[in-house]
Amino acid sequence: MSVKSILTVFKREFRSYFFSPIAYIIMTIFLVITGWFFFSTFFLAGRADMRDFFNLLPLIFAFTIPAVTMRVFAEEYRSGSFEILATLPLDKKEIVAGKFFAAHALTLLMIAPTLIYAISISTIGSLDWGPVIGGYLGAILLSGAFTAIGIFASSLTHNQIVAFIISVSISFFLTVIDNMLILIPGFLVGFFQFLGTGYHFGSIAKGVIDSRDIIYFLSVIFIALYSSYLVNMEKK
Amino acid sequence: MISIQELTKYYDDVCAVNNMSLDIPEGQIMGLLGPNGAGKSTTLRILTGYLPPSEGTIFVNGLDVRKDPIEAKKLIGYLPESSPIYPDMLVYDYLDYIAQVRGIDKSVKTKRLKDLAGLCGIREVMHKPVSSLSKGYKQRVGLALAMMSDPRILVLDEPTSGLDPNQIAEIRSIIKEIGKEKTVIFSTHILSEAEATCDRIVIVNKGKIAADGTMDELKSSARADQKISLSLRDAGRDEAEKVLAGIDGVTAVNCTEKEGQLDFSLDAVRDLRAEVFQTVKKRDWIMLELLQEKKSLENIFRILTSEGK
Repeated sequence: MSVKSILTVFKREFRSYFFSPIAYIIMTIFLVITGWFFFSTFFLAGRADMRDFFNLLPLIFAFTIPAVTMRVFAEEYRSGSFEILATLPLDKKEIVAGKFFAAHALTLLMIAPTLIYAISISTIGSLDWGPVIGGYLGAILLSGAFTAIGIFASSLTHNQIVAFIISVSISFFLTVIDNMLILIPGFLVGFFQFLGTGYHFGSIAKGVIDSRDIIYFLSVIFIALYSSYLVNMEKK
Repeated sequence: MISIQELTKYYDDVCAVNNMSLDIPEGQIMGLLGPNGAGKSTTLRILTGYLPPSEGTIFVNGLDVRKDPIEAKKLIGYLPESSPIYPDMLVYDYLDYIAQVRGIDKSVKTKRLKDLAGLCGIREVMHKPVSSLSKGYKQRVGLALAMMSDPRILVLDEPTSGLDPNQIAEIRSIIKEIGKEKTVIFSTHILSEAEATCDRIVIVNKGKIAADGTMDELKSSARADQKISLSLRDAGRDEAEKVLAGIDGVTAVNCTEKEGQLDFSLDAVRDLRAEVFQTVKKRDWIMLELLQEKKSLENIFRILTSEGK
């Protein structure tokens, strides 16, 4: 793996999001939805914090990030451009890594404007910055995990829609499992709670930065990316 | 330079390449010919590292494409069939990206891009998106992409498909030009193209090599019989047929009659033009035409690839 190759792939992939209006549309939808859901209740609650925003984030990510990642490999397979990519002197790991960083950079760019919420709230009330910083750290890790899952889903199929549905299913499952624990037999609760993203994201978003939560997200990213690398190696 | 060793490739149950072995020395222009589904593209895809072989392997300059894929890929420039280039990129951006992947130094990159644009004739489309290009231009951009790093081996999968005759001539002359120094392998099903450009022709059929050699070798080795066509006037059909069939060496006579003219097509085991002329001279017939059909690559190709059907 060479950093230079990853960077080359990253640059092309990141720019490719802006060749079409997809990036702008997804970012707009994301900001409109988060903005409306957050601020419609913000003044009723009358609290100067962003807890509601971060509670909302995983569910919105579960639908918007798959829209960003669905075309990553699926479109290459469909148009045949993967044949050129695969025969360039690039390691498949470099290709997966470059594509992941590009997609993740786009999701971070998508979240970035919401920092304005924090700034504007801090001007009208005394904002506790701890949970906000924790929340954004959690958002970076969570979006990374969903991006990796989305890229894995995209590497499975020629069809963007199928890739979208697979990655929404996985991301949505990991998001809602935290709320479904009542339905799960007692001895499995601990396992499923730990499997879901909600538990880990929740604790980081409270401002409690625990190495276990960070390791959880990094493992999800690693497993998903390694799986898409394996899928790519096996393509025939 | 390239050594294909006992290569076999199955797609599920279908055998695309069947125990193929082939050596290609440096500096050769090799044409890979065959009907659709003969295994041309599959062979090239394994060579370029896109597909894994089921059995056997290919060595490129001593490097196993399975074990050292990256190093092998550095030596090869590849243009896949119908050049699937990212449609939403500008030609310049695309070539610039390929230059970066190929590790071309920044200081020589601009010059390299300019040279390639000139060589491939794409200077006037450099600022256009790939999706807006005609097929011919797209193919040329693909050629520029394959030649970017000045590779020692150039692999082109049907480089002239979908081009107009002028463009085909241009691409051919480019291939010939490159082939002076490099090893070029290209697949085609246009026979005249292989005839015009290649040092060596390999005909594959059903995943196996059906013929291998220079143009002349193929022509002399093929078991294609001679064909003579003959047009006569003022001759009785039945009599003429009988007389012509009586010439020693003629194996079959076909006759068609049109406005008093008899067109014969004779299958013969050797060149019988002299005998035919002598036979006709003895009668009162008028000979309008006597022609020995050249054994063309088309005939050889048809004979070799229709075997086993």
